[in-house]
Amino acid sequence: MSGVRAAMNYSGLALLREALRGHSGWGPAWRDAAPRTEYDALIVGGGGHGLATAYYLAKEHGLTNVAVLERTHIGSGNAGRNTTLIRSNYLLPGNERFFEKSMQLWEGLEQDLNYNAMVSQRGVLNLYSDDGQRDACVRRGNTMRLHGVDAELLDLAQVKAMYPYFDYRNERFPIRGGLLQRRGGTARHDAVVWGFARAADRRGVDIVQNCEVTGFRIEGGEVRGVETTRGPIFARKVGLCCAGSSSRVGELAGLRLPIESHVLQAFVTEAVKPMFDGVVTFSGGTFYISQSDKGGLVFGGILDGYNSYAQRGNLRVVEDVMEAGMAMMPLLGRLRVLRQWGGVMDMTMDGSPIIDLTPIRGLYLNAGWCTTGFKAIPASGWCFAHTMARDEPHFINSAYRLDRFAVGAVLDESGHGAHPNRH
Amino acid sequence: MRLPCPHCGSRPADEFTCYGAADPVRPAAGAPAQVWHDYVHIRPNPYGLHNELWQHVHGCRRWLVMTRDTRTHAVLGARDGGSRGGGAA
Amino acid sequence: MTRLAGCGLVDRAQPLSFRFDGNAYTGLAGDTLASALLANGVRLAGRSFKYHRPRGILSAGPEEPNALVELRRGARREPNIPATTVELFSGLEADSQNRWPSLRFDVMAVTGLLGPLFPAGFYYKTFMWPARFWERLYEPAIRRAAGLGRAAEAEDPDRYDRAHLYCDVLVIGSGAAGLAAALAAGRRGARVVLCESDWRLGGRLLADGGEIDGLPAADWAVAAEAELRAMPEVRMMPRTTVFGVYDHGTYGAVQRVSDHEPEPDANEPRQRYWRITAERGVLAAGAIERLVAFSGNDRPGVMLSGAVRQYLNRYAVTPGRRAIVVTAGDDGWRTVTALASHGIEVAAVVDRRAEMPERHAAAAASAGARVFAGGRIGGTLGGSSLFAADIVEASGERTRVAADLLAVAGGWNPTVQLTCHLGGKPVWSAAAEAFVPGALPPGMAVVGAARGSFGLGSALAEGARAGAEAAEATGFSGSAPAIPFALDAEGAPAPIWIDSGARKAFVDLQHDVTLEDIAIAHREGFRAVELLKRYTTHGMATDQGKTGGVLGMAAMAALTGMDMAETGTTVFRPPYTPVAIGALAGPNRGKDYRPRRRTPAQGWAEEQGAVMTEVGLWHRALWFPRPGEADWQATITREIGAIRTGAGVAEVSTLGKIELVGPDAGALLDFLYINTFSTLPVGRTRFGIMLREDGFAMDDGTTARLEQDRWILTTSTGHAGAVMEHMEYVHQMLRPELKVAFTSVSDRWAQFSVAGPNSRQVIAGVLDPGADLADAAFPHMACGVFTALGGVPARVFRISFSGERAYEIAVPAGFGEELVRRMMQTGAAFGLVPYGLESLGTMRVEKGHLGGGEINGQTTARDLGFARLMSSRKDYIGRALAQRPALIDPRRPALVGLRPVDRMATLRGGAHLLPEDAPVRIEHDQGHVTSVAYSPTLGHWIGLGLLEGGPSRHGEVVRAANPLEGFDDLVEIVPPCFLDPQGARLRG
Repeated sequence: MSGVRAAMNYSGLALLREALRGHSGWGPAWRDAAPRTEYDALIVGGGGHGLATAYYLAKEHGLTNVAVLERTHIGSGNAGRNTTLIRSNYLLPGNERFFEKSMQLWEGLEQDLNYNAMVSQRGVLNLYSDDGQRDACVRRGNTMRLHGVDAELLDLAQVKAMYPYFDYRNERFPIRGGLLQRRGGTARHDAVVWGFARAADRRGVDIVQNCEVTGFRIEGGEVRGVETTRGPIFARKVGLCCAGSSSRVGELAGLRLPIESHVLQAFVTEAVKPMFDGVVTFSGGTFYISQSDKGGLVFGGILDGYNSYAQRGNLRVVEDVMEAGMAMMPLLGRLRVLRQWGGVMDMTMDGSPIIDLTPIRGLYLNAGWCTTGFKAIPASGWCFAHTMARDEPHFINSAYRLDRFAVGAVLDESGHGAHPNRH
Repeated sequence: MRLPCPHCGSRPADEFTCYGAADPVRPAAGAPAQVWHDYVHIRPNPYGLHNELWQHVHGCRRWLVMTRDTRTHAVLGARDGGSRGGGAA
Repeated sequence: MTRLAGCGLVDRAQPLSFRFDGNAYTGLAGDTLASALLANGVRLAGRSFKYHRPRGILSAGPEEPNALVELRRGARREPNIPATTVELFSGLEADSQNRWPSLRFDVMAVTGLLGPLFPAGFYYKTFMWPARFWERLYEPAIRRAAGLGRAAEAEDPDRYDRAHLYCDVLVIGSGAAGLAAALAAGRRGARVVLCESDWRLGGRLLADGGEIDGLPAADWAVAAEAELRAMPEVRMMPRTTVFGVYDHGTYGAVQRVSDHEPEPDANEPRQRYWRITAERGVLAAGAIERLVAFSGNDRPGVMLSGAVRQYLNRYAVTPGRRAIVVTAGDDGWRTVTALASHGIEVAAVVDRRAEMPERHAAAAASAGARVFAGGRIGGTLGGSSLFAADIVEASGERTRVAADLLAVAGGWNPTVQLTCHLGGKPVWSAAAEAFVPGALPPGMAVVGAARGSFGLGSALAEGARAGAEAAEATGFSGSAPAIPFALDAEGAPAPIWIDSGARKAFVDLQHDVTLEDIAIAHREGFRAVELLKRYTTHGMATDQGKTGGVLGMAAMAALTGMDMAETGTTVFRPPYTPVAIGALAGPNRGKDYRPRRRTPAQGWAEEQGAVMTEVGLWHRALWFPRPGEADWQATITREIGAIRTGAGVAEVSTLGKIELVGPDAGALLDFLYINTFSTLPVGRTRFGIMLREDGFAMDDGTTARLEQDRWILTTSTGHAGAVMEHMEYVHQMLRPELKVAFTSVSDRWAQFSVAGPNSRQVIAGVLDPGADLADAAFPHMACGVFTALGGVPARVFRISFSGERAYEIAVPAGFGEELVRRMMQTGAAFGLVPYGLESLGTMRVEKGHLGGGEINGQTTARDLGFARLMSSRKDYIGRALAQRPALIDPRRPALVGLRPVDRMATLRGGAHLLPEDAPVRIEHDQGHVTSVAYSPTLGHWIGLGLLEGGPSRHGEVVRAANPLEGFDDLVEIVPPCFLDPQGARLRG
């Protein structure tokens, strides 16, 4: 083992103790491990999904001889470049059971990880403005209720009571009500990464940064390990958790995936005093907004719509998003956008993710997170760990098979078909 | 973002819609299921130059093949998609 | 009063009264709010984000981290506005923020005393137990304490404008380099746009003096501006900030049209957002001075040295009476000279260097300043205002020096932000002691201080050359540009200065990040600059680390032992400075959020008292209430009754209409639809379903063959655009050999559905004489071209959505309103009533026709009961993938009709279908209700749904569970057509 184990438990007491000695006692939150030449399992990708997978491999399956290989530093991809929403309000059962598993893990995550990821169940409200959208909300809400998940249909008066600042006089796409999941909310994205990293590290997982995978060792249809910029590393199980780069990394192993890379923009305003309690989506879900604990309003819209690996978008979508914001809440006009950014999304052909085995034995795939990756992190790690450890998907991720496109068992929440840029 | 339409000149990308990879060729009617699956679902997603289809919806309405770098968004070439001929039929 | 006489660019003839925190003050035209506050002796301007420490005015520009105010009041209140960027106007009201109850006595300052408990990242380590306390207790407290100013609580009353601008050369910044660039490009005749954030051109020329071509620099700027304004192809845009660089020469800019006035003029927007497309860009955005990290560097009275010169020279304001200048290099000495020349006492100069150029000794002597070579600041004293600083000499000896101004010259950061927006990464330049632009956006050149060329002469030369080159590149050649002459100031750029032993040395003033926090991040492993930033929130405040960002990285570099080049910098993203959401949204808000499409006969419907609804961009009539009708149900009961016994007319112009011409039109349709069209005889209409290539249903509609080679295809309203694009794709890309041309004629034709047993008479009443609509000549599914209203072309289709004998009649859009009025007149005798979407939809469900609930992108033709239409004798879009195993699985939910067992019960869309006795749990879920309607014809609710096993379950009773709304009803599964399944009424 390299480095020092970060053994100190985090607590208010520890904080007090450290305050008295100038915070000199805090050790590294996780070890910056040097790679060894062999592990039982490797995770490629040190984002939320990869780190969560490593954590649950160790915790649930006793697999601790594990390394997470990260090209740069952990959390450098979409884990730190999202709008931090958590929710389990899906239409299709294959999705709903998975995201509800995630929600349940979120609910106990901080105590489990001994890290405050600021999971905040402030409520997620999807507004509807016509009968068609209302029916879709009812259908979805009922899917949730049939799963035992909380869901409430709000009428206009109830929405007004929660959010007095919306524009209720607008004749364009008038707000008529909404579907509320009170257990939905937000979490602090970076803290999720760091919390899983620290917790995995404490269970013995090596987190290896600045280690790019450049190839796979595959013999007789079985994986034997990977080539990296820090030398070859051997393992019989290799899991890919590189959403955003899945096509590129998959290609190194000869996998051709039903995935395109697209850019999704998001925005944050300057911090202001609390004015917006929960998470709200508007205009059929093409605009969503919440306020962070720091005070910035965090919001976003739809994909830019073209394949891209550049972490930035263009003005058309910027304008679209701002227009939707103003339509929903015209007092936003004088708030100022502080920062805009773009994340590269693994967009699948049906808008739902993939957690599965691959045709190469010992190589596992966790990919295709589309625009829903952040909220999935705990369940994704939990399910992928199961899939890797047991060599078969768990029931919870059983709809996320790689072959579902060939078979036709697609999970198309939005009904846009094999057009990744429309999901 | 701006795109060079071979018919209309350089125009804001707002006028176009993107359809994705231009290279896959529609299989013959009786092609094996796997070929059809690949055609619809397994599409090129290169890190770099990408031949892709855009329609100039708010312009000449032609379908165009752009060669664009997905790392930088630089457009290296554009031609009318029809010039691909009937090979795709 | 601290206003200087005989200098500055303020207008003493124009005093402006304003209020800060309710107190009345007077400033001058040409002041910023910050300079006016200083002129009134106001030093305490704000409170920091985390510890609520008192803060003064640090800077004179958009980099300001401290002096943030709520500007204006009521619905126009804007939080977090740097006082240094606000152009003073008469009646301005500003309030300090993030303090309670007042700026001077802020109880939240107690967090500062508890500071040791709240180091970087403290919240990640605590507040975990008990779990439910987070939302109830800890988080609300954190949220209340966080945030800065308060947003307005009412709709933004101002308007915003959006505009596009095209030019050859965009020059960003109007300092020496920018003016030189604009002049060089403009003189060659290029279309030049010059954007400057400030209201006055000149940049640091207004603050730093010097001579250009023998003129005082500020006068040279005036002359340059005059020359540029005289050039017809040059557009000057002061008060305009270029905030972002986007692909292919696109720049985003915001022009503050009216922010310098109490309210916008009635005809002016508050701000205008520009999308500028430029062949070439010249970035001349200058540089921003860095802070120095020493103990107590946040005390009000600490000011950037360059800002001191700006306040003295431009605003004629003395930021203090007795100054200490702290400098990491030669630049601070210019401030010593400037202070002295304005008669302000310079008590001490602390120069980082033990050895310094001799000329400074003379400057110190003439200023009467004591020089501490190789010294540093050991601490500052003062509460809400500085009164002294402890200077530590090289020997270690401490000297307390009284001063109310501490001018800090920590070197300059080139304003590289815009060079990074397309992925460029700044690179460390040892020569410039700063990060300078790395890879540039295509077409962009960077000149002057923005690229680390800090001298005036170099800035002018680089600007002139880049301007000429940019013009050359866009087709405007000419002789070598005249380069305005000026001397570079002597001396080398100053290095970053961090006093590593310092306590409470801030590297992010707004977020209260100190050197100790950087050390904690280092200790805990958050060493990569991105991790450092995220863990400590360093550089994430409203100023985005413009003055302190690089200090934090340098502090980390010092701890890791890596150099600055290796350490690197975080990524700059748009916008360069914050941009109002209202500006980016522009005029597209309220009723203009999206374009409104009017149907040709909308005026008629409104006149008839129709209740309207939005359908996409359209406004359509829902129903036409008549006096005495209790509710909508009474109305549609009457409407449908009238239709089923007489006739009704509804406008259906919103349907997509695509006209195809050519010998291969039939072949194209065969390829588009699952069924065959090429066999359709002239004068007939056929229903069809088209799939996406993945085998799912895309749209349904009817297509009529008007002539041998002329067809008209209709789409559903919602899919009109997508179907047209799809058809163009299929024709242009897949079947270009087909001889067919087609175009959307949706907006060209007004179309009406006339339904009911008397519909023929109604149609006949508007057609010109000679049209034969007898059933023999014009049977169900016939189509024909006639004339109406005296020679107006009229296309008539005998198709029915309602189950009754029905026609659709189309005339050129301009005649739509006249046609429907005429029908209403001639139809009165036949009991004709107008009807709307609700009746259309109800009759559609009665007949089991498909709508948006059924063709939702998740269903196949087979699911919807059209397996028999799927031709096996031809290739068509979607054919292959529709055969995938899961799509032909007989257990897939398929279309059924639903009828409540209790005929009094209401059906509800979105209810799920489960076996009658099964518990309401997901493992028993078998489908859902897609459409419902109250059928006045049948006298009870009916519905359509998708149910596992579908048609095989007719007669079965299932449960329509709707726990979300608290309903649970038994429904009977029936065929989806509730009325006249044989179609007798269609022909009757």
